[in-house]
Amino acid sequence: MNCDESELLLHALIDGELDAGHARDVETHAGTCSACAQKLASFRAMHEAMSDSSLKETAPAHLRGRIEALLATPASRVVSMREFLRPTRRSFFGGFAVGSALSAAVAASLVLAVIRGDQEQTIADEVVSAHIRSLQAGHLMDVETSDRHTVKPWFNGRVDVAPPVIDLTAESFTLLGGRLDYIDNEPVAAIVYQRRKHVINLFVAQRLGAKHARTVSDSIQGYNVRHWSQDGLDFWAVSDIVGSELDEFVQKIARAAPQSSGAS
Amino acid sequence: MRRFRDAALPHLDEVYTLARYLMRNTDDAEDAVQECYLRALRHFDSYRGPAMKPWLLAILRNVCNAEFTRRARGEIPTDYAQDESVTEEMPMWQEPQASPEKVILRQQDSATIRRLVTELPAPFREAIVLREINDLSYQEIAEVAGVPVGTVMSRLARARAMLRSAWNAAEASTAEPGSATASGITL
Repeated sequence: MNCDESELLLHALIDGELDAGHARDVETHAGTCSACAQKLASFRAMHEAMSDSSLKETAPAHLRGRIEALLATPASRVVSMREFLRPTRRSFFGGFAVGSALSAAVAASLVLAVIRGDQEQTIADEVVSAHIRSLQAGHLMDVETSDRHTVKPWFNGRVDVAPPVIDLTAESFTLLGGRLDYIDNEPVAAIVYQRRKHVINLFVAQRLGAKHARTVSDSIQGYNVRHWSQDGLDFWAVSDIVGSELDEFVQKIARAAPQSSGAS
Repeated sequence: MRRFRDAALPHLDEVYTLARYLMRNTDDAEDAVQECYLRALRHFDSYRGPAMKPWLLAILRNVCNAEFTRRARGEIPTDYAQDESVTEEMPMWQEPQASPEKVILRQQDSATIRRLVTELPAPFREAIVLREINDLSYQEIAEVAGVPVGTVMSRLARARAMLRSAWNAAEASTAEPGSATASGITL
């Protein structure tokens, strides 16, 4: 073994990465070469000094808290934070509650993002397409009634979820009826509401876009789109009403949905 | 979700440690760790092992590099780009060619060692941190850094040579003769 080989391998020796044969070779060489012996000794001393020093960092409590909160959030609600980190780096969780029209309680369970990824884009585009398609004559409703007790059972056997059907007539969102629609080649429940002359389609599906794992608040082709996940269901709301009114709608649905689901 | 939590959360300090050394400030490190866990969560379905720690560290490294690439494109000015450009030459870190090998390695406190490590050029800093602080094997370092084991070995050798020079230089410039910190380890 020459000094060049030894110089590389003595680190492997220090790190316990050499097999017995090579370790013996390095040590034999160091026994006859004082330069290599000195290197071995001083690098080993440095290695040991580093092992003995407290060079590890401890994650600050607030970071640990943020990560734990993240991991307590179902995957379908997880949003890539990259876009949020700058410039509003410190306001990640706080930012949603303040930035959206949602109540604190709802905001805690919803994560609304303003930037979407390409896959999300696909779903969002499909949702908007479905909405536009529904506005064509005769396509809006399969079951036309303002009675939620008629709409909800109608979905039985047509989609694999029991969507919450919530009557918001008293709050100026009139229930028009329901429809079977397809998003991403999956059958979804579409519940149709109206505010003044504006139609709101609420698409409900089990894990629609779960593999896309994002939530959005966006405007596509002039339509406002809201997406959230709740109680194991994915919700998409689409309408041409202004964003703040759609936020209000989302808020009301999100609040009422837990009580509604299961009670058909 | 719980499975991911149980597997990934115990490595938070390790991930944060690497982030601190790669990003070199706490704010950027925290952002990187957060993004790392998000990406890990989203790709956990496709995770097939072998070990969670190097997998997380590899993701973290990618997050950090993506951030540096973004900055290098001019979005945020940083001195890191310069740092990267000199990594293969590093005249200021060369071993003194003619001088005899030092046989004494001075004792340094943890804060000094951290500073010296932090000042190493990126690929060498990464290698030494993964080895000495994150305690990864050569094979694991190779996986994290995406280079062959041979490259890991040469980077580590280089990193230690640079670190030792800086180490002894730090001793020479800061230690009072005769003081406790200059007592040294005689070999």
